[in-house]
Amino acid sequence: MYMNEEISLANGAGGEAYRQMVQEIFIPGYGSPELNQLGDSAVLAGPGGSGELAFTTDSFVVWPLFFPGGDVGSLAVSGTVNDLAVAGAIPRYISVAMIIEAGFPTETLKRITASIAATAERAGVRVVTGDTKVVEHGRADGIYITTSGVGTFDGNWPRPPQQPCAGDALLVSGPLASHGVAVMAAREKLEFEPPLQSDARPLAGLIRSLLDSGLSVHAMRDPTRGGLGATLCEWAEDSGLNLTIKETDLPVKAEVRAACDLLGLDPLFCANEGVVALALPADQAEAAVACLRAHPDGRAARIIGQVSAGLPGQPGHVSVDTGYGTLRRVTLPEGEILPRIC
Amino acid sequence: MEKREQVNRLAEILAKTSQDLPDFAVMEVCGTHTHAIARYGLSALLPPNIKLVSGPGCPVCVTADETLARALTLARQPATCVCSFGDMLRVPVRVRYPDGQIGLDSLLRERGLGRDVRLVVSSLDVLRLAQAEPDRQFVWFAVGFETTAPATAVLLQQARAAGVHNLKVLCAHKTMPAALLALLDPTGRRPARQPIRGLLCPGHVAVITGADAFRFVPEQLGLAAAISGFEPEDILAALIELSRQLRRGQPGLRNMYPAVARPEGNLAAQALLRQIFQPCPAVWRGLGEIPGSGLALKPEWRDFDALDSSLTPDPAAAVRPAPENGKTACHCGQVLRGDESPADCPLFLRVCTEANPRGPCMVSSEGACAAASRYGTGGAAAVRIKDSKGVRPDSLSGHNESGKEPDVHE
Repeated sequence: MYMNEEISLANGAGGEAYRQMVQEIFIPGYGSPELNQLGDSAVLAGPGGSGELAFTTDSFVVWPLFFPGGDVGSLAVSGTVNDLAVAGAIPRYISVAMIIEAGFPTETLKRITASIAATAERAGVRVVTGDTKVVEHGRADGIYITTSGVGTFDGNWPRPPQQPCAGDALLVSGPLASHGVAVMAAREKLEFEPPLQSDARPLAGLIRSLLDSGLSVHAMRDPTRGGLGATLCEWAEDSGLNLTIKETDLPVKAEVRAACDLLGLDPLFCANEGVVALALPADQAEAAVACLRAHPDGRAARIIGQVSAGLPGQPGHVSVDTGYGTLRRVTLPEGEILPRIC
Repeated sequence: MEKREQVNRLAEILAKTSQDLPDFAVMEVCGTHTHAIARYGLSALLPPNIKLVSGPGCPVCVTADETLARALTLARQPATCVCSFGDMLRVPVRVRYPDGQIGLDSLLRERGLGRDVRLVVSSLDVLRLAQAEPDRQFVWFAVGFETTAPATAVLLQQARAAGVHNLKVLCAHKTMPAALLALLDPTGRRPARQPIRGLLCPGHVAVITGADAFRFVPEQLGLAAAISGFEPEDILAALIELSRQLRRGQPGLRNMYPAVARPEGNLAAQALLRQIFQPCPAVWRGLGEIPGSGLALKPEWRDFDALDSSLTPDPAAAVRPAPENGKTACHCGQVLRGDESPADCPLFLRVCTEANPRGPCMVSSEGACAAASRYGTGGAAAVRIKDSKGVRPDSLSGHNESGKEPDVHE
């Protein structure tokens, strides 16, 4: 693989091209022990190695700004809060920075602000700092928002090691692909009946109730860009283990599946903004499902697969049991036709 | 798990039916078949003497550079919107711009540069758009075979009935039989790199054309033929039928999709196609120009034709294809002819990837290269789960044994 001369939309899609850009440009450029972990959040040591903090940042360029089930404001809070929560931290504070195009309607800015406030309240975080820049009309597209967040590790649970283990079960907390497909449909004005709803929501409460239950979660991610497929491929690559999921067990709403079929998309690789994927010991899987389902944001939680030891000397990989007696290999998506979904 | 047992049983029957046959290749004509075979990992269920080869049946893949360049030219006209299916928007083509510059372009790139290019999922969406924005010229970039051409015909009928004048069609519709004849004609000069002895014919095309439209496969090409649906069971059943025909040494045509594909087809759709279109020569990527394999608007519908020069008044402003040294390094042509597998192409997964496709076979979800890349048939083929009793290699903690997609309630 080689890096193209121009940055293309694929470099922002969370797939192979994105990883390549990070590995070839950012890590050599300004890598640090914390950055090089490439976690959803950086874990920062406090003074004297105590009082660790989780820190993360994310930019939101979604278009359209409002879509069924959410808007750029709710997304900007949820995305950052979820990155902190899956690290095992309790989200505490966020910043909100905006780049606004001159001519942007004040009324719309108020709506987005109200959405940020409501989502922050729901997630239990406070907006503590911010910044606003306005650029000439035509030099940006409406509004771009960057949020950063700080979380604390003071829950009564251990920080998930973010390493799946052989013998783990794989779970998701809800139906897949809803966000990516809903934004795509809203942007292209594709009308589906029933209308497709994004799943964008803060997951801090759901994750907290899961971790609080004493289950030993080995790895946890919110599979946003690149979808569940990208998360599983990264887990397999990082751990050297084999991950097998069952296609017939993947929860996807019927209307989302129909839209995916029509658009030639694979739900496995479509973005989620309200789903957590996790790996934990198989004997705790049913308890975890019960715990997730007891929370309003995890009603459709289910077991989707398992982790097994890889062959010595071979890289770990992800397979899909097609339900027809065959296993199909899943590879990290190279890119996608869904830019600006978050 | 009912489906899985059925598929396993069919795979066993296929192994028995084909066991004494010498190695042979079956061409799956249609991109929908290619996609299903890769997605369900069916190659892992085939006996070693059967090889599946992708054919020219992906409409996006066979669309010629000239047609794409014309769509790009139209997208660059003022107050003009080009509409097409998503895959078509991403197909890259090396072009020479009016200023002499050469570059890799696509409709999606033009959209990134601010041109009005829209994705639609149905041809009739274009009529709605044209009515909503009467001051803008809408161009429906129409690709597809007999399955999608009727939708373009309906669009034109409705547009005329509604008195809509700001809608044109860039017609790249193609028809299957002439192309298959040209591709597989035993008297042709085509090298027999992979001796193809049977065709898996597309059920949905037969729904429109009628199953009888594929009679030429055994009668003129001497190949076994089965018209097949798109579920794994359908495809395996069709392969069993092809093996039986080869065993008997009597190639024939068997309609394995009789519930929906009648011998005579959909007569209303055929009449509609005849009313709007007439056969014309068409250029297929990889196959060249094939007489009678395209659909052009009939003279009485020419007022809808985007080839009308009034849309692109200045020929000097046209974007033109600029293949490297007259030909491209991409082997899409060979792949579409079934001469090569995606992995035989020097660009496959090295330069040409789904993120940065160089050829249409990597762009379209029905393309052979995209299927091979996405579903790993390029490097790591699908494998069969060894047992036949429905017990998985290591237990998946027995949930959802119904084989149905799980219900999702929120």
